[in-house]
Amino acid sequence: MTSLILAAVVLGLMGLAYGQGLSRSRAVAAAGGRRLHSRPAYHGTLLAIWCLLPMLAVLGLWALFGPGLTRAFVLGYLPPEVAGLSGAQIEAALGRIAAIASGDGVAGASEPYEHTAAESLRRFRLFAGLIVTASTAGLGVLALRHARARITPDLRARNRVEALIGLLLLACSAVAVLTTLGIVVSLFNEALRFFTFVHPVDFFFGTVWNPGFSSTGTGGDGQYGLLPLLWGTVMVAGIAMLVAVPVGLMSAIYLSQYATRRVRNTAKPVIEILAGIPTIVYGVFALVTVGPLLSEFGAAIGLDIRATSALTAGLVMGVMIVPFVSSLSDDILRQVPVSLRDGSLGLGATPSETIRKVLLPAALPGIVGALLLAVSRAIGETMIVVLAAGNSPVLRLNPAEPVSTVTVTIVNQLTGDSDFAGPQSLVAFALGMTLFVLTLLLNLVALHIVRRFREQYE
Amino acid sequence: MTPEPMTPALHASPRLRRRRRSEAIFRSAGLGAILVALGLVAALFTMIVVQGAPAFTQATFSLDVHFDPAVLPADPPPARAADQSAADHRAARLAWERQAALANWNAIVEAALRRAAPDVEIDSRSALSIIETSERHRLRERFVADPGLLGQTLQLDMLASANADNWLKGTIDRSLPDARQQLSAPARALADRLHEEGVIRFAFAWHIFTNTDSRAAPAAAGLAGAFVGSLYMMLVVIVLAVPIGVASAIYLEEFAPKNRLTDLIEININNLAAVPSIVFGLLGAAVFIRYMGMPMSAPVVGGLVLTLMTLPTIIIATRSSLRAVPPSLREAALGLGASRTQMVFHHVLPSTLPGILTASIIGVAQALGETAPLLLIGMNAFVAAVPASPFDPSTALPAQIYLWQGNENRNFFEARTSAAIMVLLGLMVMLNALAVLLRQRLEKRNA
Repeated sequence: MTSLILAAVVLGLMGLAYGQGLSRSRAVAAAGGRRLHSRPAYHGTLLAIWCLLPMLAVLGLWALFGPGLTRAFVLGYLPPEVAGLSGAQIEAALGRIAAIASGDGVAGASEPYEHTAAESLRRFRLFAGLIVTASTAGLGVLALRHARARITPDLRARNRVEALIGLLLLACSAVAVLTTLGIVVSLFNEALRFFTFVHPVDFFFGTVWNPGFSSTGTGGDGQYGLLPLLWGTVMVAGIAMLVAVPVGLMSAIYLSQYATRRVRNTAKPVIEILAGIPTIVYGVFALVTVGPLLSEFGAAIGLDIRATSALTAGLVMGVMIVPFVSSLSDDILRQVPVSLRDGSLGLGATPSETIRKVLLPAALPGIVGALLLAVSRAIGETMIVVLAAGNSPVLRLNPAEPVSTVTVTIVNQLTGDSDFAGPQSLVAFALGMTLFVLTLLLNLVALHIVRRFREQYE
Repeated sequence: MTPEPMTPALHASPRLRRRRRSEAIFRSAGLGAILVALGLVAALFTMIVVQGAPAFTQATFSLDVHFDPAVLPADPPPARAADQSAADHRAARLAWERQAALANWNAIVEAALRRAAPDVEIDSRSALSIIETSERHRLRERFVADPGLLGQTLQLDMLASANADNWLKGTIDRSLPDARQQLSAPARALADRLHEEGVIRFAFAWHIFTNTDSRAAPAAAGLAGAFVGSLYMMLVVIVLAVPIGVASAIYLEEFAPKNRLTDLIEININNLAAVPSIVFGLLGAAVFIRYMGMPMSAPVVGGLVLTLMTLPTIIIATRSSLRAVPPSLREAALGLGASRTQMVFHHVLPSTLPGILTASIIGVAQALGETAPLLLIGMNAFVAAVPASPFDPSTALPAQIYLWQGNENRNFFEARTSAAIMVLLGLMVMLNALAVLLRQRLEKRNA
């Protein structure tokens, strides 16, 4: 109720300020017989902003200190034996008083002191609401009057409004930077806490992953070796690239060099559908369809292939990356100057010779960059490996065996846990940091290569 | 002069023939790659539809239910007295509801079932095992909402249990021996008989859309809670990510001076776009939940995490559509005396509106399907309620898929999972169709 009134007051005053700005600036211009520097709408906007700022300040202060003040006020009405209670009991007492004050009442009998406290709480709220509303409105009106008096034909209202818009836009771009900062600070901070439990050498070069369970009290002597997870990650990503590179690259080549316009316009969006499918769907596909199929296939040819293995996860992940590889390579191939291609064809080379001996070498750096981006996507992929890789953090060479990856382990160690006290959950941040640094390096290198490639042909 | 015949020349050189052959091989390899990719799309969708479609119909009983006064509480619910506080009245009402809840609803369900097949010899447990456990709660809720039902007989639809549904659909191997069947032999026989008599029919499973998740009653489990959770998250993303993303794209493309800081922001955004989504989950767990003390499993936290994750996508896509605006438009506006801000907001922005809309929808669709970061902020918790606000615990559609695929009742939930995937993909298709539609309309208007 109060917040609705407040919102109405704020909006109403801003509207009033805008109207005042319009009429005042026009009046000033007409009286002085001079042209305004800025159009009346800018004066109105500026006035509305001037009016808004003090109101926001009051509301911010109340949001910051209001709840504490209310609480202190109610506590003052409690008899000493109740006020001296601790923790949950005092919260319960306060909750009862708030329920009585709201008119809902409490079930069963209630103490007289509760009623007096509730009565004064109700009066306090009414009073505080009035004061906050009044001071908001009052300050708003004051600011409005003050700013209104300063309107002159020479006031550069437009420039000020535009400067403010510029600041706002800058602030929005800063969000992305702050996000990166937040990632770096929180990951490193928690990872450092993890390293107070486990020595970094044991983490980065350990070959055994056996974190133990915090609930059984064996947490202290768990082993946190990164290498099995890293190996699993590399193996799954490697298999994925083995699938995605030939299929993606060849389809990009075919679509950009051979296909007729009609084929291209239908096939390309259909392949790109693969990029829009959520990864959880690929995960289910891998687990339910691909895994059992591979396992049966293995049995038919006398190989022991587990249904959830590096192979299953890698194959499906490869499918997921195909559109990524193909659209990036397509992009790169199109940037190679047509003159190179025409020259080669004109000298009598077949299209495939042109592609293999002219286009691909010219596009190679760009394609390598694109593939690095694809690798970075593969090692950061989570849901497919969570469902289909089998979660077995052991160093194995055989891709038909289950593995575990960095991302799977992050999910396993952190799911449903929010106290972050022991190494069991903190290790997720050390793993996240490793993953972040790894993908960051890959991306930086890849983006650098792609950018240099673009400049080469610009 | 007659032209020299072409064919002999073609066959003349073995070298040329080799080159032609390698050309054909290369070309068919390309075509093969396309076919593989298209085949994969087809396989994926076929698998999902084939597995998911059966879950949209479910074995449903149509039974005459008698609200027996001998079993149910006879006294009417308490009315609120004049001097009673709201809380006191609620307590009295709850006491009455508890009394209604304690009634033997199983007996009512069983009686209804026996009325449909009077001559069958079957023990209560087996009989009740073919009706979903949630149905007696539904009867109770119906009665609590309308105590006048006491003594009446109504024809009602009731869901068969997940095991009975498996049996009737054949998702469980019907030839397995008794010991490995989920239902006892008499229960299976009863289910078969009622199915033949038409008491059990396969009805469209509306409850997938209207019910929340349920562990005790898997057949009644639905997506409503997850859907609302996803909706709240998307609202947060639309309210935060779209304006912030568009604003920073405008800044970088139109206002930013060319200096080190701008370069830094640019590199940073490009990198952020490639940061694995799970890292955003870690950020959410550390910053929003631990440092800021926001609640676990809340859509608002999920929405914030997804906002940060989709921001680079929206920024990059918006920038590329801003870049596509012809420079002549900008120059004309500036030349006529517009300020930079006026040029951007009055001329450039309206003409890129379709592009910006598409960018936003791409971002929202990406956020809708993302799962990994949600697992780290607790949105894979089991929640059997529709969240009333973005601060209440909830799941999301992709997280619900993750939960369902892990359910022990594989036979039943494999189909359910695929059905949930169909719903999610359906939503994404609708979003994309909306983007295409809006774009076409806006482009027509601008043209």
